[in-house]
Amino acid sequence: MKRKRVPIYTGFERFWHWTQAILILFLAFTGFEIHGSYTFFGFEEAVRYHSVAAYLLLALIVFAIFWHFTTGEWQQYVPTLKNIRAQLDYYLFGIFRNAPHPTRKSVLSKLNPLQRITYFSLKVFLIPLAVVSGLLYMFYRYPTRYGIEAINIGSLKFIALAHTVGAFLLVAFVILHVYMTTTGETVFSNLRAMITGYEESEEPATLSSMEGQQA
Amino acid sequence: MVKEMKQAVPILAAIALVVAVAVVSALAPKDVPPPPLAQLKEQYTKKQNPSVDHSKFPQLQRAFTRPQEVTEACIGCHNGRHLEVMNSNHWRWEREEYIKGRGVVYLGKRNAVNNFCLAAAGNELACAKCHVGYGMESVKTFNFNDPRNIDCLVCHDGTATYAKGQNMGGAPAPSVNLTRVAQSVGRPTRNNCGVCHFYGGGGNNVKHGDLEEAMFEPTREVDVHMAVDGANMQCVDCHTTEKHNIRGQLYSLSSMNRNRVTCEGCHTSTPHEDDLLNEHTLKVACQTCHIPTYAKVNATKTYWDWSTAGRLRDGKPYEEEDAEGNIIYTSLKGTFEWGKNLKPEYVWFNGTAEHYLLGDKVDDPTKPVILNRLNGSYADPDAKIFPVKVMRTKQTFDPVNRTLVALKLFAPKPGEGAFWKDFEWLRAAEVGMKERGLPFSGQISFIETEAYWPLNHMVAPKEKAVACSECHTRNGSRIASLRDFYIPGRDRSPKVDTLGRWLLILTLLGVAAHGGLRAAASIRRRRGG
Repeated sequence: MKRKRVPIYTGFERFWHWTQAILILFLAFTGFEIHGSYTFFGFEEAVRYHSVAAYLLLALIVFAIFWHFTTGEWQQYVPTLKNIRAQLDYYLFGIFRNAPHPTRKSVLSKLNPLQRITYFSLKVFLIPLAVVSGLLYMFYRYPTRYGIEAINIGSLKFIALAHTVGAFLLVAFVILHVYMTTTGETVFSNLRAMITGYEESEEPATLSSMEGQQA
Repeated sequence: MVKEMKQAVPILAAIALVVAVAVVSALAPKDVPPPPLAQLKEQYTKKQNPSVDHSKFPQLQRAFTRPQEVTEACIGCHNGRHLEVMNSNHWRWEREEYIKGRGVVYLGKRNAVNNFCLAAAGNELACAKCHVGYGMESVKTFNFNDPRNIDCLVCHDGTATYAKGQNMGGAPAPSVNLTRVAQSVGRPTRNNCGVCHFYGGGGNNVKHGDLEEAMFEPTREVDVHMAVDGANMQCVDCHTTEKHNIRGQLYSLSSMNRNRVTCEGCHTSTPHEDDLLNEHTLKVACQTCHIPTYAKVNATKTYWDWSTAGRLRDGKPYEEEDAEGNIIYTSLKGTFEWGKNLKPEYVWFNGTAEHYLLGDKVDDPTKPVILNRLNGSYADPDAKIFPVKVMRTKQTFDPVNRTLVALKLFAPKPGEGAFWKDFEWLRAAEVGMKERGLPFSGQISFIETEAYWPLNHMVAPKEKAVACSECHTRNGSRIASLRDFYIPGRDRSPKVDTLGRWLLILTLLGVAAHGGLRAAASIRRRRGG
């Protein structure tokens, strides 16, 4: 078997991923301080940092959305049921028997069917939940301030609770996500790919390829 | 499909651009006018120069024997001014107030019941020390239409030597040199207002907590506005006055949201550079953050128990003081508690109040009677969180008629039923209620009452303002008692938090189990080959 160096992640993708990772972790850390779970920066500073990080994340999301649509990369996240059974079987059974990955990663298809569903949910439900509730959190006063009674939001309570729910789900995602990075060819091969952009692998027999699905 | 995608690119690019512009403009600093603090400082530190020198007027070059002669001399030039004074609360001791559910009532010192000395009416000879008039023996007999009894000097004295006598119905103390005082008159200073307003309740800082003799010459730490080492503002700089109608009112005797002095009047409702702080002003009064503590220099009375009054030693009334010289027991009044450097309590307040008026039936005598309920709630768009001093008292109550009882306290001599001379509860209650034309059953007990005093003075330097974390905290929040809304840091949904915590625990456990099994499988493989 010969070793193969496969390009997986572009420069922007890696920049986007790591910046987003840092921002989300920082937002979670400052956010749970604001929530009252612990004291580190102090409430005032935590709020300040949380707001700055929130704006940075918004800007990053805008760029990422632009990138996904201009490059067509958004298609990577369209959920599919094809091979999902094989993928589930792999994580539940095959992985313990050292079975090969049922799907192969390439620059054209870097997400397995489970990842597709997960990241699709993340992008379409979870991040919007956090972002929209976060924006409302910051700006829910503005209707009142400008005297528009009809769109006045009476209470912060439901906004804050939605934001808290989003935060818990995101942290759970991060835990799961970090663990899943260890399920690659080797424990660190996925992590290395997200850093270098390339995945190094001993070329295995291809069980299946997602390439056929690309439009 | 690829072709369609390519056509979509410019559209999507345009959308992304619009979103980017929106985000950037949200980030950009807003056009907030600079805080007018610098202008205000300039405006209020200008020295007030009187336009005339009263000591030069021939009308005042004479000896005055009676204070009424001074008033006549004043009116001789300032004709018409007396009509303004006679229309003021300082003179009338009452004003027209609309109280929801009660209609228009006349409320003031004439008829109010409080939880200090209970009522002024019936005790006028003593209480009229704080009336801008002379010769008030009883509000029933006092001629409120005689301008000669107006006390111009108590407000306009420029020598700081004028003082009203004890139990003299508002007349000046015999030691006052009326001629000297009359020649000194001018714009009222902190001294003029302070001689009454700092000593309400019969001693320094007894009533307000935020108005006391330290305010004659306060440091910046005590009050940024009046500080002698700062803006050195006088009371009337904020309590602006037109035709002797002085702006500002106290809610122990006011019900309506009118004629108030507001911080916003000078500072605007968005005085901070930080937008997040400015947003607080929708629901939080300036005073809430900027008056972190009150009674900063001398203690204020916080609790009064009338039920212990009347104990005598060797048949004589006595007093006890604490280490700082505050009276903690007097036979005349009962037991007191005092507090210094106090954190305010906080209430929602929309500028209107309801009042317990003497004669009102108490619905539930097991709960404290609130003498002046400040109205408001989170849902009320006019209400803001306000700092208050709450005065708590155990005072006389008629358990049969279920009304508070105002006692006859002061009389010049024993035998007239005055508690302070005779120490007889039932007689003092009987006379006190009879003087007001109210029924008394002949039985007396004691009931807890509360009075709410909004705090407006002793504004601290901005560095000393209440910090975010003093309210936004789970434990010991300053506004822990206000539960009708959600604030970050203090509040949470226990349900959401519990579910969230379990989600994280189960995720970690799941990951650990999966990883553990993988490791075990890998070891077994390696061993087994």
